[in-house]
Amino acid sequence: MTRSRITLLALAIAALVVAPLGQGNYIIYTLCSWLVFSIAAMGLNLTLGYAGQVSLAQAGFMGIGAYITALMTLNGVHWSLAAFISIVSSFAVGLALGYPALRVQHHFLAFVTLAFNTLLFLVLRNEEEITGGSFGLVGMPRPSFFGISTDGNLPFYYFSLVCFLLSTGVLWWILRSPWGRAFKALRENPIRAESLGLKIRRQTLLAFAIGSAFGGLAGAMQTPLVQFIEPGSFALIHSLKILLMVVVGGSGFFFGPMLGAAVVILLPELLRFTEGYYLIIYAALVIVLMVYSPNGLIGLGQKLLEKVRPKHEARHDLKQGVSL
Amino acid sequence: MAELLQLLISGLAAGSIYALAAVGFTLLWQASQTINFAQGEFVMLPAFFVLIGMTVFGLPLWLSIVFGLALALLILGVAFKRLIVEPMLPHGTLPLVIATIALGLLMKESVKEFYGATAQPFPAIFPQTVYNVAGASVSVQDICNLIVSMLAIGSLQLFLNRTRTGRCMQATAQNPAVAEVLGVNVKRMVLYTFLINAALATIASVLISPIYLAKFSNGETLGLVAFIAAIVGGFNQIRGALVGGLLIGVIDNLSAVYVSSEYRSAMPLILLIAIILLRPQGLLGTPEGRTV
Repeated sequence: MTRSRITLLALAIAALVVAPLGQGNYIIYTLCSWLVFSIAAMGLNLTLGYAGQVSLAQAGFMGIGAYITALMTLNGVHWSLAAFISIVSSFAVGLALGYPALRVQHHFLAFVTLAFNTLLFLVLRNEEEITGGSFGLVGMPRPSFFGISTDGNLPFYYFSLVCFLLSTGVLWWILRSPWGRAFKALRENPIRAESLGLKIRRQTLLAFAIGSAFGGLAGAMQTPLVQFIEPGSFALIHSLKILLMVVVGGSGFFFGPMLGAAVVILLPELLRFTEGYYLIIYAALVIVLMVYSPNGLIGLGQKLLEKVRPKHEARHDLKQGVSL
Repeated sequence: MAELLQLLISGLAAGSIYALAAVGFTLLWQASQTINFAQGEFVMLPAFFVLIGMTVFGLPLWLSIVFGLALALLILGVAFKRLIVEPMLPHGTLPLVIATIALGLLMKESVKEFYGATAQPFPAIFPQTVYNVAGASVSVQDICNLIVSMLAIGSLQLFLNRTRTGRCMQATAQNPAVAEVLGVNVKRMVLYTFLINAALATIASVLISPIYLAKFSNGETLGLVAFIAAIVGGFNQIRGALVGGLLIGVIDNLSAVYVSSEYRSAMPLILLIAIILLRPQGLLGTPEGRTV
């Protein structure tokens, strides 16, 4: 990392620390929600942007985390243990789901996860004795750490921020480790990666399971944030929303999901003045963005930058070799 | 027994409409690797075109259907291909998946805002009389729906296998590069595929709307069903999509009665997962080579 990058990173963290000061409850809530969805989107970015697999069940994994955390904290278990169990369960479910699906062609994980998310929704809605059915669960406590309670909105924001920074760090570490670099190798050139001895299926499966575990953590944070969960919050449409975050921000870019989550969460607020039309405008914007810049907003930014910056021209005769 | 027969017939009738949507879905996938997540909305929308023809322009039903078909061909066929699919094809499937998700949302919300959020009654094309056959009540509408969809799929199959254009379309689906070398106008064939999909969606829409009423949110379930039917039957076969659609229709109806109404919609999903695990190429599909 260069010095300028470290400064930028420090500035960004400082901005995140200062951001909620003096703001109203609603804005702090929106910021918390952004942090939670950033974590979920980061996980999906690992699956999608690095391992190249489409998962349509990220909201489902959030649901697993949210319900486990809710049921455990309602019964007096501390949040940190509940969150740990949520993460482990999401990871395990991810493994169980991905193992058979990744045996076959590449797009099948999308279909399996799509079915899984819809099934999970039905189970959450129908098993009323455990999950409260469509009425959901209410009154989950916010955790306290070493005697410091996060009941207030500002403390809860800082609690979310810590979780967010921790998971960002973990993801950074995963991607930097030799083991994580394999993900990238896989995305860039799977055939070459395999010829170098990488187990494609195992790597992809791990990427998917780790991505799902991030979803579980996001769910575990959603529970104390909203303090009310119902099956509808984890339906397929929300998985598509998280997928949208990753792609709009720029899949495969480390900071893409954060940007995407900000856009997907904040844009409806900004477009609120258009009343009923906001979803229409929103959908149209996404289509235009995808047509013009399939790499999302970060890709768009790079495209624009390239027009200004002097370019490093790669040798054209080498290009053929890369795509072989 | 009578109940079973009744369920089978209504299941087949509903399934044949699902099959129309699933066949279109499969065709798009074959011709252009488009996984159309807006397929459900493609079936929802033409009903509203027909309603606009009737209420705004005061056309009779048959003329409104022609009007709806024309609009569908133009918007869901030509415009969808030219404006959305074509510029995105070189970038792989994922951005296109996102774009079709957004397109589905756009269509759904537009109908809700500009036409109305309530379910609109849709005129029935076939008489709704119900006959008693061996103790089972069989509605003429169901039988006619089944016949019309079968005719549509059958003639499509004939067109694809027996005509020169149809064979060119198949060649394009199987190997666009070689087809191009052999002098097939690949772009035109892909356009035909999109037009056929729009036409199939219109037929499905006109058949299903008298039963379910025309509503902006109809596409959600229809899209999922078309999707499942296409995969269960086999992603690379039209016959597969047909069998998949019929099967899903029957299973859906049977499980509503014999399993539980709460988990009714779970049955097709469980079938989907089972198929992917046991026979990933689908019931009638042929295995594609692994990509890696």
